[in-house]
Amino acid sequence: MPASASVIRTKPLMLRHLPYFIASAVLVALAAGMQFDGYILNILMQATTFSIAVFGLTVVLGLCGQINLAQATFFGFGAYAVALGTADLHASYWLCLVAGCVAALIAGAFLGMSTLRLGGHYLAMVTISFQQIVTLVMINAIWLTHGPDGVSNIGRPQLFSNSQSYLAFCVAVAAIVGYIVWHLPDTKLGRAMRAVRDNELAAGVNGVDVFRTKVAAFGICAVLGGLAGGLFAGGFAYISPDQFAFSDSIVFLTMSLLGGVASPIGAAIGTALLILIPEWLRFLKSVPGLYLAIYGLFVILIIRFMPDGIWGFVATAFERWRAKTQAPSAEKALVLKPATVGGDIVLEVRDLSKHFGGLKAVDGVDIAVRRGGVHALIGPNGSGKTTTLNVLSGLYKATSGTILLDGTDITNMPPHRRTAAGLGRTFQNIRLFRSMTALENVEIGAERPGNRMVGQGGAAALTERAMEALTFVGLGHRANELITSFSYGHQRLIEIARALAGNPTLLLLDEPAAGLNSTEKLELHELLKRIAAQGLTILIIDHDMTLVSEAAQHITVLNFGRRIADGESLAVLRHPDVVSAYLGSE
Amino acid sequence: MDLVLQLLFTGIGIGAVYALVALGFVLIFRATNVVNFAQGEFSMVAAYLMVVFAVDLGWPYWLSFLIALAGMALLGVIFNLGVYYPLRHRSFLPVIIATIGASILLANSVLAIYGPQPQVLQGWFETPGIQLGSVYLDSQYLLIIAVTIALVIFNYWFFEHTLLGKKLQATSQDKEMASLLGISVSTMIMITFIYSAVLGGLAGILVAPVLFVSIQMGSTIALKAFAATIIGGFGDVAGAIIGGLALGVIETFGAAYISVPYKDGFAFLVLVAFLIFRPQGIFGERVAEKA
Repeated sequence: MPASASVIRTKPLMLRHLPYFIASAVLVALAAGMQFDGYILNILMQATTFSIAVFGLTVVLGLCGQINLAQATFFGFGAYAVALGTADLHASYWLCLVAGCVAALIAGAFLGMSTLRLGGHYLAMVTISFQQIVTLVMINAIWLTHGPDGVSNIGRPQLFSNSQSYLAFCVAVAAIVGYIVWHLPDTKLGRAMRAVRDNELAAGVNGVDVFRTKVAAFGICAVLGGLAGGLFAGGFAYISPDQFAFSDSIVFLTMSLLGGVASPIGAAIGTALLILIPEWLRFLKSVPGLYLAIYGLFVILIIRFMPDGIWGFVATAFERWRAKTQAPSAEKALVLKPATVGGDIVLEVRDLSKHFGGLKAVDGVDIAVRRGGVHALIGPNGSGKTTTLNVLSGLYKATSGTILLDGTDITNMPPHRRTAAGLGRTFQNIRLFRSMTALENVEIGAERPGNRMVGQGGAAALTERAMEALTFVGLGHRANELITSFSYGHQRLIEIARALAGNPTLLLLDEPAAGLNSTEKLELHELLKRIAAQGLTILIIDHDMTLVSEAAQHITVLNFGRRIADGESLAVLRHPDVVSAYLGSE
Repeated sequence: MDLVLQLLFTGIGIGAVYALVALGFVLIFRATNVVNFAQGEFSMVAAYLMVVFAVDLGWPYWLSFLIALAGMALLGVIFNLGVYYPLRHRSFLPVIIATIGASILLANSVLAIYGPQPQVLQGWFETPGIQLGSVYLDSQYLLIIAVTIALVIFNYWFFEHTLLGKKLQATSQDKEMASLLGISVSTMIMITFIYSAVLGGLAGILVAPVLFVSIQMGSTIALKAFAATIIGGFGDVAGAIIGGLALGVIETFGAAYISVPYKDGFAFLVLVAFLIFRPQGIFGERVAEKA
C-alpha cells in the first residue's frame, strides 16, 4: 500500500510546520510593532521569559518523568550571569547570556550526575536543598551578588536596546525553543526520555542508556532555565535574590502542571494563565502567603483531578480520534537477520551464580544456547529461572561466572549495552511504555544501537521497521492506538514485536504464555515457529509444558538454583530428576 | 576542649530534633513508599498551635501541648484523606508533587493567618539550664534529648512488641498479603500518618523555644531531616536517628568554626558527599525492583 507512514514523514519539515512559523513571525512582529504601555509590556516580558523556563520543566518532568524543584535557581544563574556581567564587568550581553547557560548546564549536570542513579525522592530533596543553598549564596555573598539589594543597571544588546524590540527578540527565542521542545518527543532522545518515564527497566533492556537520558533531560531543563533567566534580567534591568527563591520554583512547577506537563503548548498556557490570573486577582497579594497557599491547593487539585493539565486533556481527546483515523501498514515483510559473529554457540553461560545474602538463587549454572534453535529454561517455582534471566539481561549483577553473547563478554555490562550487543527480551509482567502508541513502543525497539536493519536510523526507516514488526505479529492495522487499548494477549505480542524490531541476535522470552488463553497460546506457538524459521535464536522460560515440549529442541532444567538436567527435549523431560522435581518422588 | 564539649551537647540537642522528624519521614516512607515533603510543616504547624494556645490565649503549657498534639493527629487524618489516599494507586511522582503542594499550602496558610513576624515560645522549664563543670546544659536541649531517647525506646517497643506495631510492619512490607490476613491496610496507613504527624509536631514543639517559631522552620527542619535519612540509609529507623544526630553535630561545629551565615548549607554538602560516595547511606537502603 502506498499510503504508508513513511510517505507522510518525508514531506519537508518546514512545509508541514509553516503555520507555526507564520504564527510565530506574526507574534514577533506584533511584539515589535504594537505600542504597549509599560505595565502590559512588563507582563508580556515576564510571560515570555517564564515560558522558556517552564519549557525546561516540560522536558525534564513531562517527557522524562524526573522532578526539578530548583528551576528558579537555574533561572537565577542565567539572570545573575547577565546582570553581573553587564553591570559590573561591562562585558558583552551575548557573552554573558552564553556564560549563564553554561553555568546552569554545569550546575544541572553536576546535580543530575550525583543524584539521577537514585530514586526520584532523592532528586526532589536534592534540588530543594540546592535551591536553598544558592539562595543563601545570593543573599550572603555580597562581594559577588550585591546581596539582598540586588543588581541594577543591567545591560541589553545594542541591537535590541529599546524595550519593544527586546520583547520581540524574547518572543522569537521562545518560539524557537518551543518549536524544539515540541518536536523533541519524536526524536531519538525524546523517545528515550518517554521510555524512561514510562518504564525504566524496559527502557534499559531495549537499549536506552537510562542514566544518560535522565542527565540529558536535566541538563536541557537547566540550560533553558538559564537562558530564560538571562533574557529576564535584560528585560527588567534589575534583579534581586527574592525573585529566584524556592517559591518561584514552585510557581514554575505549578505553571507546567496546570497547562499540561507533557507539551510546550501546555507550558505556554499554564504560564500565561498563572501570570494573568494573579494580575486580575491583585487583592490576594495584599495578604502575604494567601496567594502561594492557593498555588499549593492548586497543585494538589490538579494532580488529583486533572493530572495531564489543560492541554493534556485536549490532546488526549485528539490522540484517540487520530488513532481511529490512521492505520498505515507495512509494505514489506519483517526480515530477521541475526548477527553471526561467534561460532555455533550464541549464548554461553559459564558457572553463573547469583546470591542474595545467604540465599543462592542461582548457583554455578552452565547453559549453552545453540545458534538458530529454540532453547527452553524450565524448572519449578523458585528454581532460579527468572533470576537467571535477570542476570542475563543485566537487571541483576552476577555474583560470579561469565556470560558470552555471540563471542562478546557481557557479564559486567549495564542492560542497555547488552541490548546493543544483540540481546532482546520480553517480561513476564508486561513492561510496555504505557503512554505511547504501539508503533512508538516498537520504534524504540527498532532504535536498538547496533541494529543494522534500519540503515542510518532515520525516522522513515525506523517507522517502516516498526511497522514490519507489528505486521509480523499481526497488529499492523492498530499501530497508532495507545497501549492501554490493547488486550493482555496483544500487549504481549507488541512486546515481542518491540524486541524483534531491534533485530536481536538472541531473543529472551520470559514466560510468554503466562496469562494467555488457549487460542492465544496457539497463536504464540505459531509466532515462535515463524521467528525460529528466520534463524533467530530464542531462549524461552515457561511453565507451559505443552508449549515448551513442542517449541523447544533443547531444554535446561533448574531446581534450587542448580542445573539438574540439560539436553535434547524429549530425553530431558523423561529424566527421573526432572520428573521428581516437578511431581515429587515416591 | 570546653568549647568542643559545649558544641557537642548543642549539636546532639539539635540533631535529636532532626532525628525525630526523620523518624516521621521513614515511618511514612516504609508504610506507603512515599516521601512526605510536608513532614517539616507538621513541626511548624504544631509550634504555631503552641503559640496560639500557650502564648496568645495564655493557657497552661501542658494543656496547650496536649491540644497541639491532638491538632496534629487531626492534621494527620486530613492529610492522609486529602493528599495521600486519593492518589494511592498512582506512581510516586504525582504523590510527591501533591505533598509538595500540601507543604506550600500549609506554610503559606499559616503565613496568611499569622503574618511573617517570627514568634517566641518559652521553654517548658523555668530553670534555663544547669552548669556541669565547664559545660552549660540548656534545659530545653536536655528535654529534647530525653524525649528523643524515650521515643526511640517507645518506637522499638511499639513496633516489635505490640500487635498493632506488627500489623503496621506487615502492611509496610507487603500490602496485599497483609490485607489477605485481615489487616485493614487503609487503617494502618491512617495510623501511620497520625503517628508521624504527631512525631513531627512533637519535634516542632520541642525545638520552638530554641529557634524562633517561623514559617521557614518547617522546610529548614525537613531538609535536614531528609539529609539525615539519606546519610543514615533511606528507610532505616536506626539510620535516621544516627544520621540526624550526626548532622546536628556537623552543623553546629561548622557554624562555630567555619561560617554562621552558611550554617544551613553544611547539611547539603554532607548530603552531596554521601550521594556521590555512599548513596546507600551508613546502613544501606533496601532497593531492588523485580523484573
